[in-house]
Amino acid sequence: MTAPAEHGSPHGAGAASTSAVASRPALLEAREITKRFPAGRRGAVHAVDGVSLALPAGGITAIVGESGSGKSTLARLFAQLLTPTSGQLLLDGQAAPAGRGGRRRYAQQVQMVLQDPFASLNPVHDVRYHLTRPLKVHGLGAAGSLEDTLAALLERVALTPPERFLGKYPHELSGGQRQRVAIARALAVRPRVLLADEPVSMLDVSIRLGILNLLAGLREQEGMTILYITHDIASARYLADEIAVMYAGRLVESAPAISVTDQPAHPYTQLLLSAAPDPDRPEPVQLSGRGSVPSLLTPPPGCRFHPRCPHAMAICSQLPPPPAEVAPGHVSACWLHAPEHPARAATTAERRPDGSPTQLADDPSRQQGRQTRPTLRHLPFSRPRHGQSKEAGDEPAGH
Amino acid sequence: MTGQDAPGRGGGPLIEVRGLRVDYGLGPDAVHAVIDADLTLASGTVIGLAGESGSGKSTLAYAITRLLRAPGIITGGQVLLYGGTGPVPEEAARAGKEAAQAGEPAQAGTIDLLAADERQLRGLRWSRIAVVMQSAMHALNPVVTIGAQLTDVLQAHRLKMDKTDRRQRAAFLLEMVGISADNLRRYPHQLSGGMRQRVMIAMALALEPAVVIMDEPTTALDVVTQREILTELADLQRQLSFAVLFITHDLSLLVELADSIAVMYAGRLLEQAAAGDLYRAPRHPYTLGLLRSFPPLHGARKPLTGIPGSPPDLRTPPPGCPFHPRCGYAMDICRTEMPAAFGLGVGGGRSAACWLHDGAHEVPAELAVPGPGGPSPGAVTETRASAGTGAETGTRAETGTRAETGTRAETGTRAETGTRAETGTRAETGTGIDSGAGPETKAGAQPAAAPLTAAMPPGAAAAPDTTGTLR
Repeated sequence: MTAPAEHGSPHGAGAASTSAVASRPALLEAREITKRFPAGRRGAVHAVDGVSLALPAGGITAIVGESGSGKSTLARLFAQLLTPTSGQLLLDGQAAPAGRGGRRRYAQQVQMVLQDPFASLNPVHDVRYHLTRPLKVHGLGAAGSLEDTLAALLERVALTPPERFLGKYPHELSGGQRQRVAIARALAVRPRVLLADEPVSMLDVSIRLGILNLLAGLREQEGMTILYITHDIASARYLADEIAVMYAGRLVESAPAISVTDQPAHPYTQLLLSAAPDPDRPEPVQLSGRGSVPSLLTPPPGCRFHPRCPHAMAICSQLPPPPAEVAPGHVSACWLHAPEHPARAATTAERRPDGSPTQLADDPSRQQGRQTRPTLRHLPFSRPRHGQSKEAGDEPAGH
Repeated sequence: MTGQDAPGRGGGPLIEVRGLRVDYGLGPDAVHAVIDADLTLASGTVIGLAGESGSGKSTLAYAITRLLRAPGIITGGQVLLYGGTGPVPEEAARAGKEAAQAGEPAQAGTIDLLAADERQLRGLRWSRIAVVMQSAMHALNPVVTIGAQLTDVLQAHRLKMDKTDRRQRAAFLLEMVGISADNLRRYPHQLSGGMRQRVMIAMALALEPAVVIMDEPTTALDVVTQREILTELADLQRQLSFAVLFITHDLSLLVELADSIAVMYAGRLLEQAAAGDLYRAPRHPYTLGLLRSFPPLHGARKPLTGIPGSPPDLRTPPPGCPFHPRCGYAMDICRTEMPAAFGLGVGGGRSAACWLHDGAHEVPAELAVPGPGGPSPGAVTETRASAGTGAETGTRAETGTRAETGTRAETGTRAETGTRAETGTRAETGTGIDSGAGPETKAGAQPAAAPLTAAMPPGAAAAPDTTGTLR
């Protein structure tokens, strides 16, 4: 059940292609896409709010976020399983086909792999049925070559020999094998985009990498475009070219994978990284922000992270920050990185410790106004732990 | 509560699990969920139990607390709960029980939890051993307020407390885990997942237990909430100095959190070591594979392989070592015989149940990385202490089959190893890793491992990739 070794080098190719990916045309793109779920008298759940994200052809893009950040909703919007409240979905630069027939044509190009392989396969049907079904629905695969098609599919997900697996039922397969069947089912219609929604979170630790390497191999060998949704920033760093971080329905930061983890710009990304398990951490964690994701029924005004943000300024609670480029290809939606704003200079001076020289200083686009612009990257996570006020951030579940 | 400052913390053994076996079902169809588990939890330390789903880690915890439900059956072994800070004669057990009954922590006495009756257990549970269940969503009663659930415990165990005292204590407990006392009147559904888990921890600590068993307490939580709770837990543990058995599938988390770690696979404890040693110098191929399954947050991105195959079905476990079908170093003997947990290192530091470490095989370099070092330069962590008997093993250990070992280990330590191997003793593992050279090693606590089969030529079927830097 291993992907061959060369599958495991998303990074040989990944690192090289990172810059190339940025210039590559977007295969699938969301523009200012918003999804609100009506919640009766209480208004609406602002699940995804004005998110723009492009999936470059042949690239792996990861969306990282906590539960309730809207990352799965975004995946379902990309899959057209949900209709956006507003915004656009573009496939090859054209509006994505919609409507009955259009949905089917779209699904042939964009397929989704769901989180839980224990629930996403029908227990009363065998593997053959699961793989044949999409072929029939989409009118693919002539009867004569069906066996060959099925065998090829199973081989692509490293379930070999195929004849041993075709007759099996989901309960006869391990979790990893089930997820491979689910991936094979998505591959059956020969899609160009694979949307993988937490494909490994339900699997045992030791078999997760097998699935991640399988996805990396699909990209490397077949040029598959992949959206990888996860809450595990370390696995996103491993697999993806680009990481987009979501918080409370909005995109807060996006950059090449290594930049996000090594030089996180947005305070939320920094919080996420400081909380992630890391055996190499030299000293105990000091979390740079407390509390939990806000209720999306009544999201906080301005920047949605401001109630938890150690660097929050007056403006943060008033206006949502515009995305700003902090380094080439590295975008952060934070007032600290936004172009000059009158309200900021005063507040920052009193709010934050002295900025130390940072790598950002080397970036000529950021040179001007550096005295007043805080450089988040090197801010120490120095906020003192407050023992008593934790509950302030840790809000009740909202009933 | 980090692995780095592990050595030197903690007191004597508090809970000692010896040869514990748990089955699900009876007769030939029984599934062996825990097989010959030996584990020692020292007072005031955090021991991590890592394993994948179905490895038997939760079963082990439930067996220790006697909370196992049918069809789970404990078929053998002992779980000794020491009353004081160290082992005391079993005769005092009754006295200890009486004390526990009265609601006071037992100061002396040793009880075999597996032999204890319901009355004894009732006295011990919660007041001496508390459990934090995996799912706080389901462990709290949805129709009873937080306050009532907290005072309920006190009412049952602290007979002298009156209503006001209980209320105050409950409020104090909530504040202790960072929740304001206003929440006493709330119902579980009104709290977020993180707060519910904090309430669970507060409840577990209500009677100031000596041990808290935590079964995946943060698995369902977001990473930031998880970190908040773990930081609080570490602080509380330092203040109140209770011992923790922390069960999780996330080995990378345990390295940060625990003093020592036991790795479980298919019902067996495959490796036990101090957290830092286990992370930097794993000895068992499964541990190595598991560590290589976690992509790092720093450094260059390198392809990782994880572990091929999937965990075995315990209904039809593979013969011999349960890991051999997935093991890159598997030898002939691995397919037929389960290795004993060979003690490694001076001072009862660590053990690994792998034939590679029986003293007769060449250990691949990646499984022989020198440890980060013991508390003193003289105490070399990595020395061969084989449980095997016979001169052959001894001489093999003397000659040193491993380059790194040879360079680091001093002759003196080697001699000691030799003696210990001969007497067939076994290093106590999983304790707080005392800095001494292991006076607490229990002679004869374990039967010596079966001698190597004669058919097994030394160095036969050497692991696929040895370094060739042998001495």
